[in-house]
Amino acid sequence: MPLIKDGRFTSDKWLRPAPDATLPWYGRLLLPLDRLLAEGPALDEAGHMLGVEIPNNVALETVEPWLRRLHLIAIAFPKAADGRGFTLAQRLRRLGYKGELRASGHVIPDQYALAISCGFDTVDISDALAERQPEAHWRNAQHAMTITYQTGSGNLRSILAARWAAKA
Amino acid sequence: MYRYDDFDYRFVRERVSQFRGQVERRLTGALNEEEFKPLRLMNGLYLQLHAYMLRVAIPYGTLSSRQMRQLAQIAEVYDRGYGHFTTRQNIQYNWPKLKDVPDILDMLADVEMHAIQTSGNCIRNVTADPYGGVAADEIADPRPTAELLRQWSSNHPEFSFLPRKFKVAVTGARADRAVIKFHDIGLRLFENASGQRGYEVWAGGGLGRTPMIAIKMRDFVPEAELLRYVEAIMRVYNAEGRRDNKYKARIKILVHEQGGEQFRALVEEEFYRIAGDEAAPVEKELRRIESFFQPPAHPDLPEDSHALAGAMLRHPEFARWARVNTRAHKAAGHVIAVISLKPTGGAPGDATADEMRSMADAADAFSLGELRVSAEQNIVLPYVRKDELFALWQALDAAGLGIANAEMISDVVACPGLDYCALATARSIPIAQEITERFAEPSLQEKIGPIRIKISGCINACGHHHVGDIGILGLEKTGAEAYQITLGGDPSETAAIGERSGPGFPADGVVDAIERLIHFYLGRRSDGETFKQTYHRLGHDLMKEALYAAH
Repeated sequence: MPLIKDGRFTSDKWLRPAPDATLPWYGRLLLPLDRLLAEGPALDEAGHMLGVEIPNNVALETVEPWLRRLHLIAIAFPKAADGRGFTLAQRLRRLGYKGELRASGHVIPDQYALAISCGFDTVDISDALAERQPEAHWRNAQHAMTITYQTGSGNLRSILAARWAAKA
Repeated sequence: MYRYDDFDYRFVRERVSQFRGQVERRLTGALNEEEFKPLRLMNGLYLQLHAYMLRVAIPYGTLSSRQMRQLAQIAEVYDRGYGHFTTRQNIQYNWPKLKDVPDILDMLADVEMHAIQTSGNCIRNVTADPYGGVAADEIADPRPTAELLRQWSSNHPEFSFLPRKFKVAVTGARADRAVIKFHDIGLRLFENASGQRGYEVWAGGGLGRTPMIAIKMRDFVPEAELLRYVEAIMRVYNAEGRRDNKYKARIKILVHEQGGEQFRALVEEEFYRIAGDEAAPVEKELRRIESFFQPPAHPDLPEDSHALAGAMLRHPEFARWARVNTRAHKAAGHVIAVISLKPTGGAPGDATADEMRSMADAADAFSLGELRVSAEQNIVLPYVRKDELFALWQALDAAGLGIANAEMISDVVACPGLDYCALATARSIPIAQEITERFAEPSLQEKIGPIRIKISGCINACGHHHVGDIGILGLEKTGAEAYQITLGGDPSETAAIGERSGPGFPADGVVDAIERLIHFYLGRRSDGETFKQTYHRLGHDLMKEALYAAH
């Protein structure tokens, strides 16, 4: 499962431990939400770096107490047309979450720049999707639009800010 | 009119080349149909019954003569020589080829136009009062706000994959000609008691299969807070709107299921959360946009024109057009003139390339080169001098565009229906045509007075039948078309959803039924009453009986 970061395919350094597997005694663990809530405090105490996979309709109150301790939040995209993950990312960033934010599942290259603007750092897609939509497509799509009408939006140039900078 | 700066140009150009790439990746299979569809729709391209349909945005309905000529050119080169103006200030081409679409989009970009977000589950073309900037009853011009929202909503990173489509309308006048109470968000721009500009905000209105009147969200949102408040509504909707059933996915269902109080509270909570965001320079940007919408320097004219009065005396046909097709203007000695796209026997809203050019010429000669598109699918000339009105009418009449029926019974609004649309269950255009033929006599139309007939060819209600004085909904019943009639609908500030009258009529009986109702109304109306007033005085049941009277 390739991880897309800065327009490149890389491999994921995070471990998704199977429910009954013995955990390594240190390292990066990406856990489902229920497991984080059950085992997270102990694992955190033991010095693991913790990440969590959450559905796009998660109740914010559930993850909010964890935001300062998490290093990765992977938001599920069940299908590309379901845009709830974009709003959830915005809300998590506004709540002060500073760690890695990952869009995980059915995301297409044409959504890459949008995802980054909403606060995502990485995208995680299936091998099948990566085969159909190789690295070059992601890199190109990232720069298809170079400017944006919104403010505070990722690394695209804000038209509003540029207009007013020109007049200042 | 608004003029693109380098950024606006670059944005539409990049968008066209992005779409070109998306079409190529669809053709190689890199994008599958499920993935391509929302991208295609966000660029205005539908797959219809017979072919692709391209819907081009005419933001807030404002159009220059140069843009109108380009629309004519596109109709000629890439379509079958005509286009269809819609109820939401768009123009649709019914026969473009997929491979030509990026070239058409380039031609649009040449004249500061696009087809961005005219379809798909995103924020659609922002519409406004077609008489913006010129109506006598206007408090403030709604178009700068609509332009601000057009820009802000374009390629919005967070709100491009919503549960369903999202429509915003703006008015700045006392009379609501923008249908704001039937939009996902409706804005009424005004000045509060202390002279501060802001908006009354409505949300959750809509037509379709579940028509609903919007609820008032806020009495007043100051201008500087507008984008933030709209963002709060959008965020709540994007997170909470239903995605399990496309027919329950519009914001109106969310508002209805949550209840107004709860929904307002959710939005206020979200609004509060983003209060600390770095503010976009909304007011500065609005002032910049407003500078493009300054009223032109009108010649100092007396309110009444002797030339006009004389021409009306000498030419009764012109006099009728002048009475029926003009509206009160802000500036003395001027009128707003409506060019009807509803000729007897014609398809509502259709215009040929030649007609588009004639309208562009008329705009150049008589309306400072500017045109508008109205929710009634007509074209409006916003700056006509009264003493030139006769010359304008002569020019229009010579082009077959001098039809005197604005907001009269033959000014029928209709969706494309089964003749074009993949969703339709019945034909709409032939019914509209039959109505224009049945009531063609101009003196009869003037006697009947203002009345809105609106026809939809399926329950999705693109013909806005719910808000017609007489609404007609075409359905398919056991293999035959059946037309259901609703009465008492109203799209304006006194918004109402039409009430169903009873069993439907066959295609060859529906216009007879309407004729019976009209004769009943003419017989029972009091002096000077409109159809709407008579309907409210007599009540639904009496009017309904007339439809079904023995025949």
